[in-house]
Amino acid sequence: MRDVAIIGVGLSKFGERWDSGIKELMAEAGLMALEDANISSNEIEMIFGGTMASGRFMGQEHVAALMSDQLGLNNIPAVRIENACASGGSALRLGYMAVSSGIHDIVVVGGVEKMTDVTASEATTALGGAGDQEWELFQGITFPGLYAMMAKRHMHEYGTTEEMLASVAVKNHANAMKNKFAQFHKNLTIEEVMKSKVVSDPLKLLDCSPISDGAAAIVLAPLDRARKFNDTPIKILASTQASDTLRLAERDSLSGIKATTIAADKAYRQAKVTPKDIDIAEVHDCFTIAEIMAMEDLGFYKKGKAGKAILDGETALGSKLSVNTSGGLKGCGHPVGATGVKQAVEVVWQLRGDAGERQVKGANIGLTHNVGGSGATSVVHIYKRAD
Amino acid sequence: MLMEKPSAGLWRKIKARYNLVGNSCKTCGKAYFPPRIVCRKCGRESKMENKKFSGNGEVYSFTKIRVPPDTFKDEAPYIVGVVKLDEGPMVEGHILENGTEIKIGTKVRSAFRRMYVDGEEGLIYYHYKFEPV
Ligand SMILES: CC(C)(COP(=O)(O)OP(=O)(O)OC[C@H]1O[C@@H](n2cnc3c(N)ncnc32)[C@H](O)[C@@H]1OP(=O)(O)O)[C@@H](O)C(=O)NCCC(=O)NCCS
Ligand SMILES: [Zn+2]
Repeated sequence: MRDVAIIGVGLSKFGERWDSGIKELMAEAGLMALEDANISSNEIEMIFGGTMASGRFMGQEHVAALMSDQLGLNNIPAVRIENACASGGSALRLGYMAVSSGIHDIVVVGGVEKMTDVTASEATTALGGAGDQEWELFQGITFPGLYAMMAKRHMHEYGTTEEMLASVAVKNHANAMKNKFAQFHKNLTIEEVMKSKVVSDPLKLLDCSPISDGAAAIVLAPLDRARKFNDTPIKILASTQASDTLRLAERDSLSGIKATTIAADKAYRQAKVTPKDIDIAEVHDCFTIAEIMAMEDLGFYKKGKAGKAILDGETALGSKLSVNTSGGLKGCGHPVGATGVKQAVEVVWQLRGDAGERQVKGANIGLTHNVGGSGATSVVHIYKRAD
Repeated sequence: MLMEKPSAGLWRKIKARYNLVGNSCKTCGKAYFPPRIVCRKCGRESKMENKKFSGNGEVYSFTKIRVPPDTFKDEAPYIVGVVKLDEGPMVEGHILENGTEIKIGTKVRSAFRRMYVDGEEGLIYYHYKFEPV
């Protein structure tokens, strides 16, 4: 096992990108990452590409080979990774494994989703495939619906309020204001979130991440070669993943995601850190309730305590633990296959000190948390500046 | 965009969807609805046998879907929930109000009802749903 570092990162602008198809989005992020790593195309040995439903959204499969093709990487092996909304995080973990194992030296990890060419109801159907199609989507149960049922249980068990849910969206939109790549540049108030149209009670439109287009890319290298390309390589301290039942009702609990707890425990052990050591985290806030559960399942708060803490501003930009500095899935956008890779891009910028207006001072250790479906997959990574 | 072809999935699981036939594991006794191919606890050592469920249970969680998938475009809004069956397992299903406000803990029973109409073929799909007792 070798230490692995991130030597280059790139991101496309997230949002409704009517100007760009999947190729343009991938090239935008991919070329930026190669340039950032100051590496030439022929040094790349393999590409791992995360995308969830490009076939459903675009009629385009075989996306990893297409990434390699569009980036001019020529003939290198390329593999697509589909793990619902955790496709990007899963791709990063496989890239990490390829470099760590010594099979490859320089690897590109990409993530992309082009979601806005279809109607909201078609997108809802495509995303519904992340759950158990036979028993959830078949009965008309959507993703907002599944998270709404988790929210209802969380509220029932711990007294979490709709105001607490809304505060997640307010915080993440405020962070997105400072991120030029973000889909939304609009501050929200708790009242606006609470008054937005109900999608699936208690979740309203402004509790939901949006339908988005976007891509993200990362270049990985063995740590001992990383400084050849980059003055500030970011070391991956831990890369872990866990699964659970596809069907929400079959889980041990609806008010938390067990796969996250398992992956997080392993990650802290692998990285030899505790939740208290984390300065910044990008967590999977596909719905506001998901950020509250993530903060608890990742060990930052006791079960039932995260909602109030977020409402009180404990995880706002510049606090002891700044969460979703990019704007999260809610404010920055959620092109599902790109999200897990984008989270790592944000952490790299923060740890390098390159996050501009939203820079968290002294950010030293960062964490990303990427969930697939309603919790059947959870991927956790921990990063540190390699000094 | 490919059309959904949900009918195959309906017919394959018709015993469960129409008659609430799940199964249970002879090795450890755990009951499953919908039926599983292997027991989650026993894996390869599981021995599954059919088991008919009463359809009685209580609402564990629920929500009203207002932005539906394509297939349910004409049905929205509708309430779906997770119901804890008296025999133990939890299952998703539609919950009818029948004049009663649905809450966590509301006692329900299963009923055989129309689920949706396939616009294209005009086929009517039936399914178990839950209603307050
Ligand atoms: C919530 C959702 C259903 C809203 O879609 P919709 O009903 O088609 O929304 P509309 O097109 O009516 O949007 C109305 C307005 O709200 C904006 N909007 C839409 N979704 C938004 C969101 N999530 N947050 C903020 N604003 C949003 C639109 O830009 C639009 O603004 P405009 O009028 O200025 O153009 C959709 O965003 C959604 O499905 N989100 C969840 C995605 C998901 O499940 N991802 C996977 C998670 S695991
Ligand atoms: Zn068993």
